[in-house]
Amino acid sequence: MNERILMKGNEAIAEAAIMAGCRQFFGYPITPQNQIPEYMSKRMPQVGGTFLQSESEVAAINMVYGAAAAGGRVMTSSSSPGISLKQEGISYIVGAELPAVIVNIVRGGPGLGGIQPAQCDYYQATRGGGHGDYRMVVLAPSTVQEAVELTQEAFDIADYYRNPVMLLGDGMIGQMMEPVTMKPIEKRELPEKTWAATGWDGKSRPRAILNSLFIDPAVLEQHNLKLQAKYAAMEKDEVRVEIDCPEDSEYIVVAYGTMARIASKAISMARAEGMKIGMVRPITLWPFPSQALKNCVTDKVKHVMTVELAAGQMLDDVRLSIGNNVPTSCYSRLGGMVPTSREIYEQFMKLGKGGNE
Amino acid sequence: MDEQLIIAGFGGQGVQLMGQLLAKSGMKEGKNVSFLPSYGPEMRGGTTNCNVVIADDPIASPIVGEATCAMVLNLPSLIKFEDSVIPGGALIVNSSLCTQEVKRNDIKVISIPANDVALELGNIRVVNMIMLGAYLELTHSVKVETVLECLKENFGPKKQHLVAINEKAIAAGASYVK
Repeated sequence: MNERILMKGNEAIAEAAIMAGCRQFFGYPITPQNQIPEYMSKRMPQVGGTFLQSESEVAAINMVYGAAAAGGRVMTSSSSPGISLKQEGISYIVGAELPAVIVNIVRGGPGLGGIQPAQCDYYQATRGGGHGDYRMVVLAPSTVQEAVELTQEAFDIADYYRNPVMLLGDGMIGQMMEPVTMKPIEKRELPEKTWAATGWDGKSRPRAILNSLFIDPAVLEQHNLKLQAKYAAMEKDEVRVEIDCPEDSEYIVVAYGTMARIASKAISMARAEGMKIGMVRPITLWPFPSQALKNCVTDKVKHVMTVELAAGQMLDDVRLSIGNNVPTSCYSRLGGMVPTSREIYEQFMKLGKGGNE
Repeated sequence: MDEQLIIAGFGGQGVQLMGQLLAKSGMKEGKNVSFLPSYGPEMRGGTTNCNVVIADDPIASPIVGEATCAMVLNLPSLIKFEDSVIPGGALIVNSSLCTQEVKRNDIKVISIPANDVALELGNIRVVNMIMLGAYLELTHSVKVETVLECLKENFGPKKQHLVAINEKAIAAGASYVK
């Protein structure tokens, strides 16, 4: 299984899901994630699973709700406008405490927007997205290999907490091909799904009722407190981050996903010019690696800059993490435009000139 | 090695296949590779391109902004990507369709009437392999044998008879590099 194969990001995500035991996939087509359902339509019958192209995104997410309630490892995938349509269902899945994996291969917005790479769904993903007071772990791979690992992680995290998990990519990681090794991740101890609605014999256990309706506010408050306790546990145990921040760094760049790769090349270029610059790459966008970032911001740091395909959405989390003592800014391209490494490097150099006096 | 490639042409000319073959060949030879296709509402006859990186070190960005070599299979691609080649880099031009002169004089330009050569070989569909042959001869970034091996895998058992003409096309392209 250690053979390197050249695979598209979308296909690698689909194969990794199957490797993780996903046996139900429901989805509705939308660019730039169509290779996920295409691949699933071929592979699911081969592994005895179910692939179903639903009549709409709303139908797909409710099928996910049902399959998750029956104890299956289930996934759906879509892109921005389609994910918006799924929000009601995601909120219900959270409310009923069910595990599921939702893939968002983000495209430019708002509205139907475009189909080129974007990171403009950051707020939606990290703040829950649907109605109600909830969160999801959001995983943002920056290479196809990392997508293989995080897709598998997503199923384990979902099962462990009984909460949906979102894998957030963009058209670039979905469409690009890179060599990958399809190796399984380390096994996590997971609780048995004793709550699953798999048929009732009338005696051996109480009926499995999975529901998100709680009419009595006192009961609903308790339910919410239970959810909040899960989110606190996720914040404690599920933060993932990659740090390349030498101790003498004067500038820190925060970027995630494919943008982190383009920014890392710009950082190499800036370092070659003598700039003391480091990078923090959140792998979980929620929970955000606040403490890790804070630890990097020593008294030597003059500026923290996010590089995003969004108008500074992640910048909010950076400021919530480090406060307002250090100047912050965001360099962004919007609507599906992607900056080159040189363009970002020039931004760094401007920063260096402004901050060195 | 750090090959930063742009390949561009009409949809249907085999631009994406060229990129995938190069990436796969690089992978087989133990290099780090990435292949990034342009995607969009493209169709046969529209324009298409891809970025390929073949490198010894891990690849930071899969986006090629500054190409060590660009292969342009039609005129719109020449116009769009001529300036993306770094000084001292290479531009391989399908002169059958690029009726305009190359303006740059700080890069190596290889002009091949690839459509005409392909017709002489008996199959217009090998234009991409002629261009690829020139690139391989110029840079030796991956071996011709490895590319042919990948091509054989791509073709599957029923199309193995097509390998021969592709091999000829690669050789024909190589002959334009001096």
